Amino acid sequence: MTLVQIDNLSLKYSKRMVLSNVSFEVSSGEIVTIVGPNGSGKTSLLRAIIGALKPSRGRVLLKSDIRFGYVPQKLHIDETLPITVSRFLRLPRNVNGSAIDAALLQAGLPDLAKVQMSHLSGGQFQRVLLARALIDKPDILLLDEATQGLDQRGSASFYKQIEKVRQETGCAVLMISHELHVVMSASDRVICLNGHVCCEGTPAVVASAPEYRALFGADTGGALALYQHHHDHSHDDDHERQYQSETKH
Amino acid sequence: MLDDFLVRANLAGIGVAVAAAPLGCFVVWRRMAYFGDATAHAAILGVALSLAFSLSIFIGTVIVALLMAFTVSLLSDRGYAMDTLLGVLAHSTLAFGLVAVSFLSGIRIDLMAYLFGDILAVSRSDLGVIWIGAGLVVALVAWRWTALLTSTLNEDLAHAGGIDPKREKIVLTCALAITVAVSIKVVGVLLIAAMLIIPAAAARVFSKTPERMVLVAGAIGTLSVLVGLRVAYIIDTPAGPSIVCVAALAFLLSSVTKGLSTKE
Repeated sequence: MTLVQIDNLSLKYSKRMVLSNVSFEVSSGEIVTIVGPNGSGKTSLLRAIIGALKPSRGRVLLKSDIRFGYVPQKLHIDETLPITVSRFLRLPRNVNGSAIDAALLQAGLPDLAKVQMSHLSGGQFQRVLLARALIDKPDILLLDEATQGLDQRGSASFYKQIEKVRQETGCAVLMISHELHVVMSASDRVICLNGHVCCEGTPAVVASAPEYRALFGADTGGALALYQHHHDHSHDDDHERQYQSETKH
Repeated sequence: MLDDFLVRANLAGIGVAVAAAPLGCFVVWRRMAYFGDATAHAAILGVALSLAFSLSIFIGTVIVALLMAFTVSLLSDRGYAMDTLLGVLAHSTLAFGLVAVSFLSGIRIDLMAYLFGDILAVSRSDLGVIWIGAGLVVALVAWRWTALLTSTLNEDLAHAGGIDPKREKIVLTCALAITVAVSIKVVGVLLIAAMLIIPAAAARVFSKTPERMVLVAGAIGTLSVLVGLRVAYIIDTPAGPSIVCVAALAFLLSSVTKGLSTKE
């Protein structure tokens, strides 16, 4: 079933065109990852889906009564606002105590219910954000660089948990990520964004697309080359040529 | 019981403290302190207009406070720096208000009563207006509580939860205008912001959840009214400012408590 359908979406943000003619859709149970350089409109796209930004052209169609589980890129809680982890988990919809205990256990934070949000470490905070997004049984998880501030092990267990949630609940996942090696192994579909959709498809298709290489080839050659060595055994000629030209200087 | 002016004064003060507690917390959390101040200052223009058009003071100040609040929201969306904007609007509306009052020939008004409040002169009907206003504010905030809290925490989280933060901001703005209008008689336009911010700020130290902070702020505000009026009666000081002084002492005490607890 299609949960989110984006039709020719164009978006202006303080008079600058951020997105133009973006179209794609996400169906239930899919893990779709958006990659793209800084300023390519990834966050704006997610914010347009939740309705925080109004499209200047095109439209965003949603399944009726869709439930979002949204994990923002950054969440600053003002020092003046006292809030415990368990109170935070009950926003915006109230859930019962056993659901909170279960969510904290699943997030690996069983003892933190009464701790102030401002006292959490970066990694704990991130996991509480995910627990809050999951607690309301969302149709689709929207993750905006959700593993920021996690170490490698934390990030790996984060993605494992997402995979598990998808298997158990069948919810879709639409995420923004910079960790290309994870993207390539964990996603069903990758959308490469740079103000418009550069290319789209399975990880293997996107990785070999010239548009993708133009965007990521130079600065993420390592991860990409590694992926390709492992997965399709083709050697990245571009990469080597570039390396040679660099050594000539 | 209501025949005693001191009883009426206490009840009026408590009414304001009750309305100010939840609203004051939002003003503190959302860093709108100056916004509250500007809305309150604009109220003096409302007083002048009410007298000129023989409207009730309550209606006049609610209208002007609302106009002020929406003007600020509108202009801030257009990219003016908020503090500059509020500085301009707060003091120019106060000045226009004071000038407008001077044009009201034939009506002798006690300006000091509007600037600093005249809680000892609260009538039965004033008391009615104050408690209806306070009830309205409390009901409004209680009704929208979760939506207001989520929008305050993060606007995108609110959107994702099906809440429109813009609408919640309007709810808060209306509640603020009502609170300002009912507080004029009690503490006057210059000290309304103090009643909003000081009890909430003092309550922060003693609170682990937002709900608790509202309750503690209400208690501190109520206590400030009771003690402040008592002090004003005994040592013959102006009532409104005395209340604010007691609240300020409570804040001082809470800061000391915080300092001690973080040292341990």
